[in-house]
Parts: sequence; C-alpha cells; structure tokens
Amino acid sequence: MARATPEPIITLEHVHMQFGERVIFDDASFTVNEGEFVAVLGPNGAGKSTLLKLLLGLIKANAGTIQVLGKPPRRGNTAIGYAPQHRHLEADLALRARDVVGFGLDGNRWGPGIPNARRRAIIDKALLEVDATAFADAPIGQLSGGEQQRLLIAQALLTNPRLLLLDEPLANLDISHEHEIVDLVAKVCRTRNVAVMLVTHDINPLLPVVDHVIYIAHGHTAIGTTEEVITSSTLSQLYDSPVEVVQALGRVFVVGAET
Amino acid sequence: MFDILQYSFIQNAFLAGTCVAVVAAIAGYFMIVRGLTFAGHALPNIGFAGAAGAVLLGLDPIIGLYIFTIGAGISIGFLGKEVNERDTTTGIIMTFALGLGILFLSLYFGYAERVYSILFGQILGISQFDVLITGISSLLTFGIFLTLFRPLLFSSFEPEVAEARGVPVRFLGMVFLILIAITVSLSVQIVGALLVFTLLVGPAATASRIVQRPLWAILIAIILGVFYTWLGIFLAAYSNWPVSFYIATLSFATYLPVRLLSPLWMGRQARSIAIARQRSTRPLGSAGDLQQSNAMPATRREQGSSR
Repeated sequence: MARATPEPIITLEHVHMQFGERVIFDDASFTVNEGEFVAVLGPNGAGKSTLLKLLLGLIKANAGTIQVLGKPPRRGNTAIGYAPQHRHLEADLALRARDVVGFGLDGNRWGPGIPNARRRAIIDKALLEVDATAFADAPIGQLSGGEQQRLLIAQALLTNPRLLLLDEPLANLDISHEHEIVDLVAKVCRTRNVAVMLVTHDINPLLPVVDHVIYIAHGHTAIGTTEEVITSSTLSQLYDSPVEVVQALGRVFVVGAET
Repeated sequence: MFDILQYSFIQNAFLAGTCVAVVAAIAGYFMIVRGLTFAGHALPNIGFAGAAGAVLLGLDPIIGLYIFTIGAGISIGFLGKEVNERDTTTGIIMTFALGLGILFLSLYFGYAERVYSILFGQILGISQFDVLITGISSLLTFGIFLTLFRPLLFSSFEPEVAEARGVPVRFLGMVFLILIAITVSLSVQIVGALLVFTLLVGPAATASRIVQRPLWAILIAIILGVFYTWLGIFLAAYSNWPVSFYIATLSFATYLPVRLLSPLWMGRQARSIAIARQRSTRPLGSAGDLQQSNAMPATRREQGSSR
C-alpha cells in the first residue's frame, strides 16, 4: 500500500494520558497514513477505546500533541466516521435500518427533517455499499448483530470520512459474520482510500487485510506490521512479563498475557 | 348526539384534552426509545406530593406540581445511564415523595378537593384560563420537540456517535426530562396523576407496534391519544363515570389486542427479511465459513420468532 507521498491522517507525538494513577499512554508516538488498515489490540482496559475517544476530541490527553488531518481533534469533525461498541437494540423500537443510516447524514441537524428523494438516494447508496439493501426497511430490533454492525458502518461512512474508527465491530459475531464484516471494512478501506482503525480482541480474522497493528498494554504502545508487533519479544516488553506468541494452522495465539 | 358541545365546560375539556394528548404522545415515543417509561409513572406521583405541599402552604397546587415534577426530572437526569439502576433510584425517590404527599394531606385540615383532582384528574372542571395556559404550554412543548427531533432521536439511539458528531447529548437529555416534567404536569390536570401513564406511554407503545417509521409512529400515537381523549369525554358526558376511567380503558383496550397480535405481522416481517437475506447472501469463502453457515439458518429463525 506504499504510495509516493502518503498523507498522514493521524499523528501522535509524545502523548501522555492517565486516569488517576492508571497510566494509559506513556510517551506514545505514531503515525497512521491515508488508506491504511490498522488493528488496535490490547487487554481489556488498556486504552483502546480511550485512543478512539482522544481522536474524536471527546477527551483530552494530559500531554503531547495529537493531530487528525493536521489539526487538533475536535467534536463534530466530519472527516471522521465512528462506530462505537455496539449494544444490541431492543426488538420493538419503532426505527428502521434506513433511519439508523440516516442519522449519519443529518442526525445532528435541528428540526424533524423532511423526507426527500435526494436524501433517500444517498441513504440507498450507503445501504448498497454495505450490502444492506435487503433489510433496508426492517425494524432494527429484528436484525442480527452483524447486520446492525453493517448499518453502523454505513452510517459512519455518510460524511465521506478520511478516517474510520470502529470499536470492537467483531464482538459477539460468529465466524462467518466476522468474515463478512472484515471483508466489508477491507473493501471500504481500499475503494475509498480511507484510513481504518479497528479495535479488536482477536487479530486472526484481520491477518489477511491489516497493514499495521497498534498494541496497547500497561501504558506502553507498539506499532508496526503484524510480524513486527505480535512477537514474543515485543509483547513481553509491553507486558513487562514473559509472553509467548505461538503460530499454528495459520493463526496467531498470544499465550501468557491477559487479552 | 353532539349537543353536549354547546356547554362551555365540555368545549374547554375538548380543547385542553386535545392539546395534552398531542404533546403526551410525542413525549411518550421518546420515553420509550430512551428507556424512560418508568419516569412517566414516577413523575406524576412525585408531582402529587408537590401539589399537596402547595395546598398545605396555601398556594395553588399547580405550582407545587410543576416545581416537584421539574425538580424530579432534573434529578433523574443526573442519575446513571443504566436503566435498572436509574429505575430503582427513581422508584425510591417516588415512594419518598408519595410518603411526603400523604403527610402533607394529613396535616391539612381542609377539604383537599384540589389535591384529589390532581390524583384523579378534573378535565370537566377546567376553566377557560386553564385552557389558555394548557394551550400555550402545549404549543411551546410541541415546538421544542419538533426542533430537537433529529438530534434527540440520534442521541437516544447512539449517544456516543451523536456526541462525536457534536450533538450536545447531555444537554438534550436534561432538556428532554424538563419537557417530560412539563408534559406530565399538563397531563395530570386532564387524567390525574395516577393515570398519566395511560396518555403518555399508552398511545406511543401501541403505535410502535404497528409501524416502524419514527414519524409515522408519532403520528399514529397522536391520533390514538386524541381519539382516546375525545371518546373518553363523550362517554363521560353521557354517563356518570369519570373521563379518566374511559381514557385509561380505551388505551388498554387498544394496546391489548395490538400487543397480542403484533407478533403475527412482526413475524411475517421477520420471515420476509430472512428470505430477502438468503437471496442476497454471497457465496461463502473458506471451509470454516461453510461449517459455520450450517448453523446459521436456525439462529436466524430463532431470532425471527422470538419477537
């Protein structure tokens, strides 16, 4: 994916962040370029979601500089598409799949909104991109976790962002739905040349598609290719305790670390 | 049969009842999507305590009603996002307020007629001035709901994304609860504190089971709410039974069959989604996928029928 002059989308320089005594980032520095697919890994509570919130401007770092497209993070930045950790929605809510996608277009505007053909066309196109046309008019409560996830991705793409932040989109999905979402995100990343940061617990479904991995543990961060980061030596250093990386059947397993 | 319309107290009842039914239906839809329906039961009961307190102090009970409901609305706004935890705390605040209300009533040595009308409603006894106040308040509340519509809906379903998009999520949540408190206070004068839930949540809950579009659901909720109120006033005018009884009964009698029968059309919907899905399913890749896919139709059927 190397380009002549890839444009940096995210730049972190010497970022320090802590909640009380707990250090999340200690002198974290890295760059994510346009069109890159980056997986964010690490144990629970290590700061994966915190990283996304920093980029969205929802929280501030204690020290260091963060830039998104050359500017400090701010709320309401339409250059970022965001799909948070998803909770399953209830069955009997009066809301259709296309309404969820529509939030991405004008959910932040005042007034009730008047339905029109142009709006409908934009939403139809977004539904098609994530292969959700079949259930466009279905009540969201009746859709599976994978289907709801696709709608959230369509919603996040409606502002034509340069950066897509996906928090645990593979959580609670079975293997085949996992693959569908990974394929979809990879396709979106390549065709739109949008940088993707995908938070996940398991790198395996992403192995064929990721460019880089950011591993966050115990206040330390490491970035690089999967081969560079998911190694016994790098992870042992991050965790500050012996960690063994085992490869078997084309999959990677991290042993000895709480993931 | 429309001869009752010539009486001014009936005209007042129709005007005020219609205004309240419209606003209550909109509020009810948002209360359902925000998981705040319990507040629709708690706020009016808390309002009753305020009304009783005001009577004890020699004030207009309506003043106490507004102060207590708005105060409680703001308190609920500060409670946690977890529905269970919030409902538990709300319930404890509510019963404390009811206890206060009972104390206030027992300390009052007059005939607390106005307090009882807060509990049971007094739609046939409201003055032209009350109608004017109800009309203006309803119109204002309606206007604010209309203005906040999209960001409120967005932040109800996906607070994190809405916040990232620059929607003032917390502020909206607070404004919403104040609007609910005002709507509750308006409704209390029509159906009474004990039955506010029927106008607030009843029509919206029924409508949400009939249609899935937010705007359609709200429109149907409004139609149902206005219908219950009108028919309730008519029936009450021709019998000696209270309006509140009729409104609550109509609301229940409509919700019950819709609730019982909605799995029929919702199930059909789920089946047609499943068929559409199968048509659009792309060929699956690896052997692992195929293994997994064997288990999937069963899971999907289960999801469809469980609703």
